[in-house]
Amino acid sequence: MRDVLYLAWRYLVYHRWKTAILVTSIMLIIYLPIGLNVVVEQSAEHLTARAGATPLLIGAKGSPLELVLNSLYFSSERPELIDYSEAQSVVDSGLANAIPLYVRFHSRNKPIVGTTLDYFDFQDLRFASGRPMAVLGECVVGAAAAESLDVSPGDALVSSPETVFDLAGVYPLKMNVTGVLERTFTPDDDAIFVDVKTAWIIEGLGHGHQDLAKAEAASGILSRTEDNIVANASVVQYNEITEDNADSFHFHGNLAEYPLTAVLAVPKDKKSGVILMGRYANDEATSQIVRPVTVVDELLDTILTIQQFIVAAVVIVGSATAATAVLVFLLSLRLRRREIDTMHKIGGSRARVGSMLLAEVFIVVILSCTLAATMTLATWRYGSSVIEILVLT
Amino acid sequence: MIEIRDLEFSYGQGGFSLEIPCLDVADGEQVAVVGPSGSGKTTLLNLVAGIASPRSGKVTTNDHEISGLQDAARRDFRIANIGLVFQEFELLEYLNVLDNILLPYRINRTLQLNADVRERAEAFARRVGISDKLARHATRLSQGEKQRVAVCRALVVEPPLLLADEPTGNLDPLNKDRVLDILFDYARRNAATLVTVTHDHDLLERFDRVIDFKDFYAHLKQEQVESIAGAI
Repeated sequence: MRDVLYLAWRYLVYHRWKTAILVTSIMLIIYLPIGLNVVVEQSAEHLTARAGATPLLIGAKGSPLELVLNSLYFSSERPELIDYSEAQSVVDSGLANAIPLYVRFHSRNKPIVGTTLDYFDFQDLRFASGRPMAVLGECVVGAAAAESLDVSPGDALVSSPETVFDLAGVYPLKMNVTGVLERTFTPDDDAIFVDVKTAWIIEGLGHGHQDLAKAEAASGILSRTEDNIVANASVVQYNEITEDNADSFHFHGNLAEYPLTAVLAVPKDKKSGVILMGRYANDEATSQIVRPVTVVDELLDTILTIQQFIVAAVVIVGSATAATAVLVFLLSLRLRRREIDTMHKIGGSRARVGSMLLAEVFIVVILSCTLAATMTLATWRYGSSVIEILVLT
Repeated sequence: MIEIRDLEFSYGQGGFSLEIPCLDVADGEQVAVVGPSGSGKTTLLNLVAGIASPRSGKVTTNDHEISGLQDAARRDFRIANIGLVFQEFELLEYLNVLDNILLPYRINRTLQLNADVRERAEAFARRVGISDKLARHATRLSQGEKQRVAVCRALVVEPPLLLADEPTGNLDPLNKDRVLDILFDYARRNAATLVTVTHDHDLLERFDRVIDFKDFYAHLKQEQVESIAGAI
């Protein structure tokens, strides 16, 4: 057997390019349907696990999928905004706890999630180091984000402007890192968490500036009435919240009208959940309530249908490739007729010569299977991360 | 060493046919077979080696009636007892020189490849002047070197019978002599029988005996005439 394998191996090594093409083709026939299945299964598991753990999401009417992807996976597609009053009304109803979510801004490509401390309890997030945010301008960083941004408690992060050329738009805010979360292998690992009010400050709805009552600011004051002071751009605006300037930060307008991307509603019981959903069933309502797991199931049904189409295509292409591989082998036998005759003439046994040819096929198939298994393992290990990068960001 | 009696052979219906009533080659004899192309010289070697089987008659090689053996037994007998050398060398391009020489040991379980065999293969390679090319692939050898490798492959099992089919047909005069020297030298040292088909009449004086297929057929015809006359 060793001699047969040796001769077969020498043949394959000598014709290494032909062998490589054959191995790659067969590997792809095996890997594509299996790898695709692994990716779909993993994505389904990944998506369903987080969606299943999130009871209800309230957001503006529109795409439920966009709402779920933004709220649970912090995708960059932002849904229409709702007012903060939605969160208050959920709490006032007594049917559920409301966790506000404002997922709009980024810091070096990592999503900034404006929320409350309740979010950490709800997602059972634990601190690897540091503490939760306590005052405006503080942030908590997920494990993967901390690693890639190379930050730890005591460091600072700056929010990214939404558009470089929008001078009247969002200004960067320097945020102090107070804690780093333990790894959870969920999108939380990649996020930066701030209090929802800090997110509003990033947006410019709240701000801090030089005390206009003080003499240093006098030169910047344009008009002063009993209720209102108008100042020009020379008045210093703060882009970092410190102990010294924290008191100067304030919000203008009605807080209830401040924006959120979603409200995560945690019903007190099943019945409360059903009642809460009923309240949003009205066609005239400007908001919608969704069960994330239902939305994700619909998404998975679509993915499954696509997968079936792809698998069908792969099977057809695979059959054609397999037929071509057989043809290549048979043609190769014809080309090697003389070599085979020589071995027979000098006394080679039919079994050995035949085994040698079969061993070549066997080695090619084994190599292809090994490669396909390695690729499947790699897909199993890294597939979901790749999908997250490709689909969700 | 070789005994042929009443042999009749043909390639299918109406194809080439060969009849040999009687042919003997003694142990250690060095015989050249000559004759016009298509007269059956190569077929004779194939019959003696058991590559082809006669329609009738008996072929005995090295005291074995090879024509009576099954295909598998003929192969086992051939690989251990007969060294074959071909005009076109018939080396395997994907094997290096050493692996080509050792090929008989890898394609039939009758022979066992071990350290002694490897040593013997290297010794043969040294003797024919290709020991520095053992790791080289056959495609990167000159014609003369290729034939020397092919000869080593035939000799490595130390067979008592060598059958060579125009072994010098593709070689220049220098390599021609060199290859023949190797074959004759082996035959002398090992008291082996050498049967060589050749078209080169300059080489005939080196052999103990020459079988000319032209005379052979003339002799056959004479026998047939006598046989018919006897019947009358």
